[in-house]
Order: sequence, then C-alpha cells, then structure tokens
Amino acid sequence: MEKLLEQIKKGTVWVFPGGVHPPQQKSLSNNAPIARLPLPEKLVLPLKQHIGASGKLIVEKSQHVLKGQPLTKPSANWSVPVHAPTSGTIIDITPMPSAHPSALPELSIIIEPDGKDTWCELSPLANPANASHDELIDVIHNAGISGMGGAGFPTYVKADIKQPIEFLIVNAVECEPYITADDTLMREHAAEIIKGIELMQQLLNPTLCIIGIEDNKPEAITAMTEAAKHNEHILIQTVPTVYPSGGEKQLIKLLTNREVPNGGIPADIGILVHNTGTLFAIQQAVYEGKPLIERVVTVTGNTIHNPGNVWALLGTEIKHLLDCQGFSPVPQQRVVMGGPMMGFTLPTVRIGVVKTTNCILAPDHKELAEPGPEKACIRCSACADACPASLLPQQLQWFAKSKEYDKLQEHNLFDCIECGACAYVCPSEIPLVQYYRVAKVEIKEQIAEKIKSDRAKERFDARKARLEQEQAERKNRHKRKPAAKSTEEQQKVADALARVKDKTSDGDNKSAVAAAIARAKAKKQGGELEPDNSEVAKERAARKEQARLYKEQKAQNNGDDEAVDDKKSAVAAAIARAKAKKAAQANEQTATDDTTNESPVAADDKKAAVAAAIARAKAKKAAQANEETASDDTASESPVAAGDKKAAVAAAIARAKAKKAAQANEQAASDDTASESPVAADDKKAAVAAAIARAKAKKAAQANEQTPSDDTTSESPVAADDKKAAVAAAIARAKAKKAAQANEQTPSDETASESPVATDDKKAAVAAAIARAKAKKAAQADELAKQSENTEPQINDESSEGSQQTAQEKKKAAVAAAIARAKAKKQQKEGNDQS
Amino acid sequence: MTLLYALIALGLLALIFGLILGFAAVRFRVEGNPVVEQIDTILPQTQCGQCGYPGCRPYAEAIANGDEINKCPPGGDATVKKLADLMGVEAKPLAGGEQAEPVKTVAYIREDECIGCTKCIQACPVDAIVGATRQMHTVLIDECTGCDLCVEPCPVDCIDMLPVAPTKQTWKWQLDAIPVTQID
Repeated sequence: MEKLLEQIKKGTVWVFPGGVHPPQQKSLSNNAPIARLPLPEKLVLPLKQHIGASGKLIVEKSQHVLKGQPLTKPSANWSVPVHAPTSGTIIDITPMPSAHPSALPELSIIIEPDGKDTWCELSPLANPANASHDELIDVIHNAGISGMGGAGFPTYVKADIKQPIEFLIVNAVECEPYITADDTLMREHAAEIIKGIELMQQLLNPTLCIIGIEDNKPEAITAMTEAAKHNEHILIQTVPTVYPSGGEKQLIKLLTNREVPNGGIPADIGILVHNTGTLFAIQQAVYEGKPLIERVVTVTGNTIHNPGNVWALLGTEIKHLLDCQGFSPVPQQRVVMGGPMMGFTLPTVRIGVVKTTNCILAPDHKELAEPGPEKACIRCSACADACPASLLPQQLQWFAKSKEYDKLQEHNLFDCIECGACAYVCPSEIPLVQYYRVAKVEIKEQIAEKIKSDRAKERFDARKARLEQEQAERKNRHKRKPAAKSTEEQQKVADALARVKDKTSDGDNKSAVAAAIARAKAKKQGGELEPDNSEVAKERAARKEQARLYKEQKAQNNGDDEAVDDKKSAVAAAIARAKAKKAAQANEQTATDDTTNESPVAADDKKAAVAAAIARAKAKKAAQANEETASDDTASESPVAAGDKKAAVAAAIARAKAKKAAQANEQAASDDTASESPVAADDKKAAVAAAIARAKAKKAAQANEQTPSDDTTSESPVAADDKKAAVAAAIARAKAKKAAQANEQTPSDETASESPVATDDKKAAVAAAIARAKAKKAAQADELAKQSENTEPQINDESSEGSQQTAQEKKKAAVAAAIARAKAKKQQKEGNDQS
Repeated sequence: MTLLYALIALGLLALIFGLILGFAAVRFRVEGNPVVEQIDTILPQTQCGQCGYPGCRPYAEAIANGDEINKCPPGGDATVKKLADLMGVEAKPLAGGEQAEPVKTVAYIREDECIGCTKCIQACPVDAIVGATRQMHTVLIDECTGCDLCVEPCPVDCIDMLPVAPTKQTWKWQLDAIPVTQID
C-alpha cells in the first residue's frame, strides 16, 4: 500500500492495454481565450440533462424568470435541478429534440431572454471551509451539478458516497481530438478548479488527489501546478497522450494501477473521479452561489472561421454557437456533438447545449470523412489490439450480428466503453461500436422485459390466487349460512317443543297450541303499536278453557240462569276490557282515566268468542280516533247474565260505541251519563220501538248545540229477557255516545255503563240492527236547532232483569248481530267524520 | 463353489445398489416437471392466451407435453428460437403468419369515452387497469403486458393498443439504414 502511494508520488504512470493515436487537432481551438457570446434569441433547456430522474417542474409558461433561478426541483433519486441561464420569459414548456443521436423529443423549457441578464439573489456559503458535509452536499445538489465529462452522473451522489475514498482523481486528460474545453478552462481558472478540488477533499477526505493531465497540455499543467502548490495532497500527474486515456477506468489504471471490477464502480476500489469542469462548477456554486448555468464548449472544425472555446449558456442552440464563431457549411455538412471518436452527428442544429456538451465539431469532408460502406471482417485483430478494455471486438461483432446476446454478455460486452478505438483501426470500416451499442440496448431491453415478465407473472399469479380465494369465500359463505341457520332453528324447534310439552303437561293441547300461536303473534308484532295482542290471545285461550268448563256446568244446570256462569257474558266482558285498554292506548291528548272493571266471566261458546273478537277489533279502531277533549271513559261492566252469546256481542258493540262517543270532539263540558238499564223486554217489537225512540233522541242530541247542555241519556228500562231488546239497548247506548260526540263545547263525563243484555231471538237481533242503523243515520243528520235530549235511563233494574235473561244460543242471531254491528260502525265512522 | 460365491457377491451388490437407487429416488425426488419451469421463464408472460391456452404456464405445460413451440405471437421469433434450443427441436416461423418481431403495445383507454363498466378490469390478467364502477378507468402502462384481452370486452370500444414509444434508453441505432450517397 505504502509502496503504491510512494510509486504514485514518484510520478509513476502505468499503462493500459490498447489505445490509439488519432490526430490531435487541438491547436485549432486552444489558442484563444474562452469567448463570451451574445445572448441567443432563445434557450431550449431539457428538464433532464443527466443520468437519473428529471426534476419536478416548478415554473409555468409565460412566467418571468431571473438568471440562476431554479426551474425544476429535485424529486426522485438522482435528480438534479436545472436553472434559468439568463433572465427572461418562459415562452413554452414542450417536448423538443434532445441532445441525443436519436433526437427523441424531450420535455424542455424554452426561455426568451429579456437581454438584461439579471441575476437572482445569490447566496454563496459564507465560510466554505467550515461548512458541514451536508451543507456542501446540499449546495452541490441544488446548484444542479452533474458530471460534465460526458456521462452526466449527478455530482452530489458521488460527493456523498459512503465508501472510504483513497484517491480522488481529477480527470483533466481530455484525450479526444479537437476538444480543448478543459484545457482552456484549466489555463484560465486553475485556482478555482483547485478550490473545487479542495472542497471535494473536504467532503471525501482522500489520501491523495491526483490530477491527470495529458502531456499535450503543457500550459494547463503549468497553471495547475502553480495553483496547487500550496496543497501537498494534490499531485499533478502527466500522462502520455493516448486515446482513450481519459476514460475513467483507463485513467484509474494509468494513475493507480488499479482496475475497476466488472460491473463495479471506482468507489469500490476507493477511487473517485471528477472532471475539471465539474470541479469548477462546484467552486462556483459554493464560493459564488452560482448554479450550473453555463459551460465551456469547444466550437471547432474546418468549417468554423474562429474555432475556439466559448462560454455557452445551457440551452443555447448549436446554431447560435456556430453562427457566432462564423460558420460556412459545406454540402452534406455534419455537425457532431462531442469529439470525433465518441461524438454523434446531430440530426438538427436546433438543439440546445446541455450539461455534458463539451464540443461542437463542424468538420469538412476531408478532415472527418463519412465512413465508407462496411466491408467484410478480415480477422486482422487490429481491433483487439486497440481495445483499451482488452475485449475481443471482432468476436463481439459476430455475436452482435447474430444476436447471440448471452454470448455477448459472456464476452463482457458491458465492459466496452464505446471509445471507438476498434472502429477507428478497422480496415474494413465496420462500425463496430454501433453494433455494440445496439446490442447493449437490446440486452438491456431483454433484461427489462425479463423483469417485466416476472412482474407480470407475479401479478397474474397474485390475481389468480385472489380470484380463487374470493371464490372459496363465496362458497364458504353459502355453506356457513345454512349451518348457522340450522343451529338457530334447532334451538327454536327445541324451545317450541319444550313449550309444547309444558302446555300438554298443563293438561290441554288446545290451549298450548293457542298459546303458541299467541306467542308467535306477539313476536311478529314485537315493536309494533299493539303489544297487547299476545296477552289477548292468551286470555282468549284461557277463556276457551274456562268456556269448556262452563259448558259442562251449564249442561248440568240448564234451567238456571246464573249470570256468573255464562260464558258469553264472560266473553263480552273480556272484549270490553280489551277495548278499554285500546282506548287507553289511543292518542289522547288529555289524560284519560280508563277504569276497566272486569267481572268474572264465563264463556262456553267459540262462536261467541269469535264475534266478540270482531267487536273488540272494531272498538279498538274507534278508540284510536282523535280525541281532542278530555274524556273520562269509565267502562264499568256489570256481570253479564246473558245466557246468550249474541247478547254479549251486542253488548260489546254497544260499549265500543260508547267509547267512540267519549272520544268525540266535545267543546262543552257535558255530563253524558249513558246508563243502560237492563232490558227486560221479552218482545222484540217493543225493543225495536224503544230503540227507535232512543235513536231519535240521540239525533236531537247530536244537533249543533251552542250552549252547554246537559245531555242525560236515560234509557227507560226495557223489559228484556230478549236479546233483541238487549241489542236495541246497545244501539241506544251507542247513539247516546254519538250524541256526546257531537260538537259540544263543554267537557263531558261519559259513563258508559252497560247493563247485561239478554236476547234470545235472531229476528229480534236483525231488527235491532236495522233500527240501530237507522238511528245512526238519523243521528248524522245536520240539525240546526239546539235540543237537549233526555234519554230514558235504562239503568234502573239492571240486576233484577238480568237474572231473568234466558240463555239461548242461536247462531243466526249472532250473524245478524254481526251485520248490524258492521253497519253501525260504518255509520259511526261517518258520524265521526262529520263531527 | 466359486461360481456360487460369484453369484452371491453379485446378488448382494445388486441388492445394495438397488437400495441406494431406491432411497435416492425418494430422497431426491423432483417435484413437477422442471422443463415446464424453464419453458415458462422463456415465455413472455403476457398471459394473453393467443396460444390457445389460458396463460403462459398452461402453454408451457403443453409444450412440455409435445405441443408446437411457435404459438406465441408476443414472444416473436426470439422466443421460438429459445424454445427450440431448449426443447431440441427445429425452430419454425410463428403459426398464423404473425410478425417475427412483434411491436410492443400497451393498452390505452380513451378516458373521456370510458363509461366505467369495469369489464376490462375483469379481463385484465395482470390487474393493470384501475377504476371503479361508473368511474373512469385507466391503464397502468408499466404493468400492461399488451395482451389485448381488455379490448374485446369493452362495450364502447374505447381501448386502443398503442405501440410503446421508444425512449432514449430503448432507442437503437439504425444500422441497416441504406447510406445515401450523393452522385454528382
């Protein structure tokens, strides 16, 4: 190690294999100082002028920018900004032909200079020597500096490298013919370049900095030596003029006898190489605060009148450079960007100078002849002798032609630096480098394809897996659901069975079933407005059982009419209770006291129960009607001694009506005592007549009364041991209630007391129904006169007459009663509407 | 007697080697057909189904089972050549007169015409289309394999297969260009 360092310090220079000696042609351009050009008419700045990603655009069209103002900002890895080379207006941001052999369009900012060349505010580092590492890196990064030797590698990445650097090599070789940009830069700005080197030394702290300069630049060597005198860590090494000693790997070999491994970078062997132009740019950025906006470009060739080096603003069109230096093109004029060995012919001169443009060569036909047609390879192996990378160009050529890309890689095609030495020496004028370039692109493309196809496969597999999973999930969902259901159902079934068992153990199948039904209904109605239904159903079931018992009893004491032992009355009572409850639930705006007194009921007939149910339903409906006034609805039911269902039914209806009446809009407080006397009528006709009478009375009561009236509906005791009578009575009561519902302005207390009714004849029932219907109709009529109504109290002999009531079960009567009720309700509704 | 020894010795040897082979057969058993893997890596993985199989792997399996190697239009002649090398068969031109060097294409959705039916999303074998019901769809160019499968299901025909534009990285020197010489 020490030995190597000593050797280097002694000035030993090793040699790399191969190399050629093309005519230098450097004296054309290296005599004049670097010229300043007038501002061009426009500047075309590609966003990407380096290796890596382009920055993010931060300016917009028609924006005015100052010299040095950043136009993009670094976004991704390896992205460096570009800056406005002069003050002016952005006239467009559009794809323009790029400085590349393909001239493929690339997004560019077109600036029209305003001629003032106003700098933006520059902020140079106050004390670069004490600046921190990160500060320096940031400055270098934000100044948009990338390698200016040719590759355009972002300098901040190189400067921020993590590997320890032993040798910092400054590439001042400039081995390609014609180019003198670095040469003149070193002559004029050696001190600045040395400052740049010292900054890099500060950043990387290498053991030694070696500046490699070809021996054909004596003036540059002198200038640099002079400038670097004070720094003992800077060594200026003169290297023989051989093309391509300026190649990075070749220069490393020359100066340190080390070789960069295949596929590696110089940092892997502790070496970092920088171009002189880059170091000058670093010095400018750190000490002056100036971003990279211009560079030295050699404009040369036999068609140029004043060949020489110029400071070219980035983005200056090549045409402008040529015009400024005097350009007299020949027919089929070629303009080459770069040197004659590695440069490429520009498809158009309307391309801007970029950060890597070091030379514009406009040769005439003699000095750089158009290559002749390719001839067959004669296997002279001159190319292999010339190759600085010790490759086998001829072999590579065969493989490239036959597209054997794996063989090309085996023969280390990617170590080829495309220096063109092989093509230069080829007697058959085979454009070897072009073949390699194409092959390289093809291989890179294949690798990219491979990566892409792997990715596609991965995504395809992932998608397949996903679809399969989704399908499986769908299937499982179908499977799981029924399973879950079945357990639930099983539970339910078990519960049901248990309940049924309970019931049967209770003794009665029917009641159990009924209870089950009731529960089912209750569940269905869960959350609805009628939570009582289940209870009602239970009650019904209970009643049925009771009814059966009572039937038996009844069969025993047939003749005796015990009010308490009568099912029908029981049923009726039950219905009444239900109605009362409903009424209580109705939307009442005032508090209603609903006292439901239930007497022991005994029912022994199904039909009666059914009828009762219907009645209740109707009653509920009525109860839900809108009541505006406070009404006390006392439904007191006296023990029904009716031995007949129908009677019970009728009674129920009557009660319902009474409730409705109570709900009516009463504006006046009226005491409406609907006392029903037990109807002791044993004659239908009588009953009918009575009913009619009552109806009329009610009608009168319903008339519009403007003065508070006491409406006492007293019904005269009708001797009813007859159903019809009972029915009639019921009707009467209903009417009385209606009357109460009439527009009364005073609150009314309504006591609906129902007397046990006993009817035993169908016809009577029918008649009664008709009577009621008529009565209602009449009641609905509009009467203008105020009338106070006296309805005969019927309460009188309730109990005594109730006992006389005989129990007779006749279906027909029931049916008739039902019809009557239906009608009555309809009319009630109408009446309500009217009132 | 000597004969007997010889027989016993040989028989014993045969038994031992038989056991070793049997063990090796179980111990170093190769799962699946390795050729299929190799073929699959050669295929371009566009999953386009132009070979008549639902994806590249099924075609790889078919080739391993003796199917023709020239049914992959996206792979072009290069793929046929590689397959021929691998399978030890003669390379032949692509079936159906397809281009030897296929033009790389990617799907492009004319977004203002897209009605958001998601049919192309379902058709895409590599999930390279993003979008949602009644929302505009778009193609992830980097993931698109150019398989064409989304073009057919589109009810409004708003999907184009566009050739991939060359970049500086993919641009190639035109070596076969005929040099133009001026005749005076």
